[in-house]
Amino acid sequence: MPEGGAALREIKMGEITKTVEELCMEANYNLPADIKRALEAAAEREESPLGREILSDILKNAEIARRDRVPICQDTGLAVVFLELGQDVRLVGGDLSEAVNEGVKKGYANGYLRKSSVDDPFMVRKNTGDNTPAVIHTTIVPGDRLRITVVPKGGGSENMSALAMLKPSDGVEGVKRFVVDTVERAGSNPCPPVIVGVGIGGTIEMTALIAKKALLRNVGEHNPNPVVAKLERELLEEINGLGIGPQGFGGSTTALAVNIETFPAHIASMPVAVNMQCHAARHSEAFV
Amino acid sequence: MTKTIQTPLTGQVVEGLEAGDRVLISGIIYTGRDAAHKGLAEMMERGEKLPVDLKGQIIYYVGPCPAKSGRVIGSAGPTTSGRMDSYTPLLLDKGLKGMIGKGLRNKEVTESIIKNKAVYFAAIGGAGALLAESIKEAEVVAFDDLGPEAVYRLKVEDFPVTVVIDSRGNDLYKTGRGKYKQKKKEI
Repeated sequence: MPEGGAALREIKMGEITKTVEELCMEANYNLPADIKRALEAAAEREESPLGREILSDILKNAEIARRDRVPICQDTGLAVVFLELGQDVRLVGGDLSEAVNEGVKKGYANGYLRKSSVDDPFMVRKNTGDNTPAVIHTTIVPGDRLRITVVPKGGGSENMSALAMLKPSDGVEGVKRFVVDTVERAGSNPCPPVIVGVGIGGTIEMTALIAKKALLRNVGEHNPNPVVAKLERELLEEINGLGIGPQGFGGSTTALAVNIETFPAHIASMPVAVNMQCHAARHSEAFV
Repeated sequence: MTKTIQTPLTGQVVEGLEAGDRVLISGIIYTGRDAAHKGLAEMMERGEKLPVDLKGQIIYYVGPCPAKSGRVIGSAGPTTSGRMDSYTPLLLDKGLKGMIGKGLRNKEVTESIIKNKAVYFAAIGGAGALLAESIKEAEVVAFDDLGPEAVYRLKVEDFPVTVVIDSRGNDLYKTGRGKYKQKKKEI
């Protein structure tokens, strides 16, 4: 027992591997309930008849995936894995990254998920064959549990993401312009209706990371800061006025949500990251 | 309106399609995405015979999931077409008549579509489970070593797509947007 502290709870690597394996499959087969509800609501208010048909097909697709336990989308993504590790946990029986990657390997093999990872980005680009390595983000938090979130991230929407180091004098209008321009430029490519994850502040890597984390917030929930929540609403309205619509065929539903996370910034900086997420906004989490 | 067509495509069938039409495709289509396009272009450069005669055919930009046992194919929705743009005019000149994907094409592709009287369809991105239900047979015919990027010969029945760029160069991504774009509010 550590001096003056609580007893450490042991977690075996095998449990982590097993959990990651299951989460890879669950995330790819089951569209989260908040996304489903948002799509249903969008199907009701979408102005374009073709757009309504598309939204109805997207919902039908989610139902088939859930029923047959098959992937919602063939792009089962790179496996992005968030670990929130309680500081009163002692990990035993191996290496944490290896345990996570072993879980990804098993999940993608046993779940009949597509292997979409190449071993180097600009040379031979040979498929690693097992969808590893995962992109792992670990934070240490109070407590004696490990929270694992698996986010299969597809390439089509990720490719339409963008980051800018804006000047503080660009102000909120500069932020809005960059976000709306990024969505407009992406057009039909990221499979709209999209969810727009925005990070504002921090350093270059922090703003990208909080933009990705923003994608994990339930659709319909706003940032607790009312000023940021207002910006989310304004951006959503402006984006849905672009006319891009479901699949880019024209319509009033281009985005289901704009989720913004912020972080304090350097006196000289105002970085903004826009992480685009298609309507197949998959993520699954569990505690070990 | 929904139209029903059979592959291989004839000029007459292609010219009867208009941007915005919903179309059900039946017959044989071929898959191909990034690595297969690169492979085909390299074969053409070397003057080799292509593994598939492209005349009148449709290429579907897809890298499917592996098939669960008892199934023909895994989830199989479209990938972003723009990455194939640099190879597309070459293939259209070889007789390719149709492409299924999703997302924007460049000017050269649109011009080549008009020149070759071809058509660009979009299937619903992110609806791979639904689309796989219209695929009745699947067989790898080239680049087996590319895994999900291999070229498959697919037999499809009533495979649902939407015409995005028709043989006259009309583009649903432009016209559709124009119809629903809201004017900026004056402040």
